[in-house]
Amino acid sequence: MKKKELAALFMAGVMSLGLLAGCSSDGGEASQPPASQAGTQSSQPNGGDGDTQGNTETVTIKVGGIGPITGDLAQYGLATQWGAQIAVDEINALGGPIKLEYDFQDDTGVTDTAVSAYNTLKDWDVDVIYGCTTTAPCVAVASETFADRYFQLTPSASSPDVTADKDNAFQMCFTDPGQGMAAAEYLKNSSLGTKLAVIYNNGDAYSSGIADAFITKAAELGLEVVSTQTFPDDKTTDYTVQLNACKDAGADVVFLPIYYTPASLILAQAKQMGYAPTFFGGDGMDGMLDMEGFDKSLAEGLLLMTPFNASGTDERTVDFVTKYQADHGILPNQFAADGYDCMYAIYEACCQIDGIAGMDHAQLCDALIAMFTGGQFQVDGLTGTGMKWLETGEISKAPVVVKVESGVYVTQ
Amino acid sequence: MKKINKNSLNGFVNYGIIIAAFIVLQILIGKGVLSNSLQSLLVPACCYIVMAVSLNLTVGILGELSLGHGGFMSLGAFSGIVASILLQDLIPMAPVRLAVSMVVGALAGALGGVIVGVPVLRLQGDYLAIVTLAFGQIIKNIIMVLYVGVDETGIHVAASSDRFVLAPGGTAIIKGPMGAVGVAKLASFTAGAILILITLLVVQNLVNSRSGRAIMALRDNRIAAESVGINVTKYKLMAFVTSAALAGAAGALFGLNYSSTVASKFDFNTSILVLVFVVLGGLGSIRGSIIAAALLYVLPELLRKFDIAEYRMLIYAIVLILVMLATNNDQLKSMLGRIIPKRKGAVSNG
Repeated sequence: MKKKELAALFMAGVMSLGLLAGCSSDGGEASQPPASQAGTQSSQPNGGDGDTQGNTETVTIKVGGIGPITGDLAQYGLATQWGAQIAVDEINALGGPIKLEYDFQDDTGVTDTAVSAYNTLKDWDVDVIYGCTTTAPCVAVASETFADRYFQLTPSASSPDVTADKDNAFQMCFTDPGQGMAAAEYLKNSSLGTKLAVIYNNGDAYSSGIADAFITKAAELGLEVVSTQTFPDDKTTDYTVQLNACKDAGADVVFLPIYYTPASLILAQAKQMGYAPTFFGGDGMDGMLDMEGFDKSLAEGLLLMTPFNASGTDERTVDFVTKYQADHGILPNQFAADGYDCMYAIYEACCQIDGIAGMDHAQLCDALIAMFTGGQFQVDGLTGTGMKWLETGEISKAPVVVKVESGVYVTQ
Repeated sequence: MKKINKNSLNGFVNYGIIIAAFIVLQILIGKGVLSNSLQSLLVPACCYIVMAVSLNLTVGILGELSLGHGGFMSLGAFSGIVASILLQDLIPMAPVRLAVSMVVGALAGALGGVIVGVPVLRLQGDYLAIVTLAFGQIIKNIIMVLYVGVDETGIHVAASSDRFVLAPGGTAIIKGPMGAVGVAKLASFTAGAILILITLLVVQNLVNSRSGRAIMALRDNRIAAESVGINVTKYKLMAFVTSAALAGAAGALFGLNYSSTVASKFDFNTSILVLVFVVLGGLGSIRGSIIAAALLYVLPELLRKFDIAEYRMLIYAIVLILVMLATNNDQLKSMLGRIIPKRKGAVSNG
């Protein structure tokens, strides 16, 4: 009996491994050139001095990414990993003076694992940290990079705590309070409705950060918030209580500063109960249309603020979306686009630094900080044009509101 | 007499293992051999060793299932963080402040242990498992809405962000779902090693004392123990609260090792992870808990080194299952028994 169980288990293990290996081999191909981590390390004995090598033609910058690629938050971490990978491949194909070497470590969205992941990257002689994807790990890693003097650029950790008191941490995304205030201002200036309700995840820093700022700003602007509803985590599946409260309060606009998984359930359950206010979401909502099994008609008329529109028609976006879809079979969301832009921001800043060849990570950190906060440095990317950074590490770019019309985003 | 000697010898071996490991690791750090990633794992590994040893006291020695050990860790972590920030000016010396914070964490854990233990340990059956499971969730949810800050008028505590107003110049310590942010890192490997030694001292002396024998008697046969006049609730509570206090101290050390700590870190999964360390290390075996916690905590990080990084969590899970099956396999056990004759006795003890 025991033997049988053991054998069955072993078989199951081997089979599931095989299955996973099968899946990843098509995704892995695209990430082949720079991501062969162990290989590059052994083939380049003095890998740590990659950027101090005598070869003045090209300088290799080691960019180490951190984010959740397993666990509950894997979808966001994978998007930032894959989006950045496309940028790295493009940059390396350009043959410019700077080459990027890219490694991405899993933090499962947990603080202590993120710090371990960061230390693993340090062992790899990383030059610049790209990440983390999620806020709480990013705050912990940012204080480590601040002490160790590594330049850090996060695609999506949006809390102001990430950059507070640290000169080396920069964000590619909006801050949560910034987004909440922008949403309130948009609702003030549009004629969507007069009675507002908010449903948010009070167990999540991102969601409550936006909601708090939104509620404060709405009160300032004289908007009427008739109902504030919360739920404890993204695994919640029943939102009828919250929706009924909004309905009973007579709300005609419901603001949802939440991620798309719970939002999709809210839209479905609102439709079931025949409640049809205008739903308005933050950038966490981006990606909903591409969810497996999601009925796109539910999102009809949904408004959301997102810096990135995958159905955009400019050449760069189309190119990015095509590559991303070819590699991973899904449409990229704003996490991927922010990741892509991060790599170009790092690349373009590095290109403008004089004498980068001899710098170690601390000198590079100071040079990049000077570049990012110098006022002259601007980056054009998928999520905005002429993006600049403030002294605090926040980005300044214009928020864009899009409306879902027949399954695609239409910029408002 | 002979048996007592054996037990205390066993205990000394455990101290020896910890001290030897500490010295070896310090030498490796000094020589610069130990990689950054391994160095960063030392403090959390110490915390998890303390967690596992303390949970073993409840699960292995007392024989009650606790599914909320992470809740006590959480209590300890956040109270330790608050204490360390409040005492910043009073005690400028970091090691002393760390020690005081860990004591505060232990007290908070003990308080939680008393609150849960007093009503529940009077009951028979699996109630402790159910209540501790709920306790862990309750603690997580409370800290998620808890705002704690300090300014010149004193400490402010609020349950929502709009009621949480600090005077200018005040410091917000815990900010609801954002957790505790901007914590000064006080924890060190030395402190972790000392905490493990203290934990071993407490647990091993408790187990080998008169009280410890009463606790084990309760585990083995409650009715027989009661019939010889052992106070059930008292001894159960003694083991459970000690376990909770040690978890609180471990939590404080853990919280002070990172600049940001969120309540969702100490969820059901963390409790189960510690339980896995205890079960795989062997119920009732202190040394087993130490070794299992150290190895299994470091394992997923070691798996990063290989090209199989994408599957590391999968491999980790498979390793856990294989270890569980292997340690429960009769054939393997008897094979080990034949190779190491001394093991036979150890195995029959479970």
